[in-house]
Amino acid sequence: MRKKLLVLSLAVTAVSACSNLGVEPWERDILAKPEMQPVASAVDAAFDDHIYFSKEASSGGASFGGGGCGCN
Amino acid sequence: MQLTKKGKITGALASATCALLGTQAATAAETGHDGWKVDTALLYYSEKDRVDAVEPTIKAQKTFEGDRKLNLNLVVDTLTGASPNGAAPTDVVQTFTRPSGNGSYTIAPGDIPLDDTFHDTRVQVGASWEAPIDRVTRYNVGTNISKEFDYSSIGISGGLSRDFNKKNTTLSLGLSLAADTLEPEGGIPTPLASMAAEDTPQPRDDDSDTKNVTDIVFGITQVINPRMLMQFNLSVSQADGYLNDPFKIVSIVDVDGRPLDYIYENRPDSRTKQSFFWSTKYHLERGDTVDFSYRYMTDDWGINSHTLDFHYRWNMSDVMYLQPHLRLYQQTEADFYRHSLADSEPVPDEVSADYRLAEFDATTIGVKFGYKLADDREFNVRLESYQQRGDTSPSDAIGVQKNYDMFPDLDAMILQVGYSFAF
Repeated sequence: MRKKLLVLSLAVTAVSACSNLGVEPWERDILAKPEMQPVASAVDAAFDDHIYFSKEASSGGASFGGGGCGCN
Repeated sequence: MQLTKKGKITGALASATCALLGTQAATAAETGHDGWKVDTALLYYSEKDRVDAVEPTIKAQKTFEGDRKLNLNLVVDTLTGASPNGAAPTDVVQTFTRPSGNGSYTIAPGDIPLDDTFHDTRVQVGASWEAPIDRVTRYNVGTNISKEFDYSSIGISGGLSRDFNKKNTTLSLGLSLAADTLEPEGGIPTPLASMAAEDTPQPRDDDSDTKNVTDIVFGITQVINPRMLMQFNLSVSQADGYLNDPFKIVSIVDVDGRPLDYIYENRPDSRTKQSFFWSTKYHLERGDTVDFSYRYMTDDWGINSHTLDFHYRWNMSDVMYLQPHLRLYQQTEADFYRHSLADSEPVPDEVSADYRLAEFDATTIGVKFGYKLADDREFNVRLESYQQRGDTSPSDAIGVQKNYDMFPDLDAMILQVGYSFAF
């Protein structure tokens, strides 16, 4: 019960913390810049995913796990 | 606070403020081009004494009325060079049958065995469509087809995202399914069977085999303040089917570390990976952007990895930027990874000597330079160095193996030239 209450209070805190974060619509000029997008360069991201997928045992995280090639 | 409850007033105020600051026009120019936006690039990837790859790509995005977008991409990937075959170095000449079963190649004493017949051309095409469902919800669907000489893959994906909290919080869910087919020349080697001499019947199963991969990604993107953005992703990837590398073998050695036999590797037929990804972007007051991310991955093969990635975009002027990049990667080995097997021990059910399943660290250091030729045209060039360092002197090396580098350290150079334009 105490554990549930703790989880619940953490969840409520997290949600309310999120609602306190953020900006008003007219404060988005910097956030709209290309370099502030989650994927700033799709070409770089795709090349990197392909290189690291073929050379390491990990992939994905930022998006899908990659693959589609016989390189690993 | 009262204003925020009155959407129309807020909207009008926002428009007025944007117009006053001139940001609306800038925003539209930067993110919302109405026609085609095209990114082209050529990648040259070169490993010292090993693989060279040349990879041209083109990505095109067409934005339609109502913020609906069509994305198309094409990648061509040409590989040549040598790749470690998994066998361990030793003090005698080693002869290996080529993966096709026809012909052989020899490796000098002390050298890491590399199969120099590695060459392939891959063509990948993809298309995706994204559009709003309502004011705060978007969907996307896509497909990817990839074909090379001995491998083909077809994939579909779909995703939903929804904005909350004045679009400051975005939740997203994505699903991707891929079906891959391997058709190695000469057929699928029988797992754990001994490599036969050249031009004799090889231990082979079927001509081809398949694997299926399912990926699920759940993400939260949170605007922290006007200069800062964070993203958290949790993802699960499930692969089932033929997960071996048909070209990889394992040495079975005597007490002196000399090879008695080479067997084809065998990995489990399923793998579940889980990743946690956290990324932060911060725009400094001087106009530069810092981008930092961390990924933790764990899987049921016993591999855990940590990845730190750092970019600093230095906006030298309105038209030029320089972006240093540092990436640090570390992974533990798979439970069934062995650099070689001793003939005194029973052959395990699962074993691989693929160095990519070994414990190693990797470092990428690079820099990208971008030059804006016009509002919608950019030229950029990226140069990076990628290094892998593993345990070259493992404590369980056998006999003469102690005299040689047992991990095939990798040094690679990445050169990328890109040009983006819109019309």
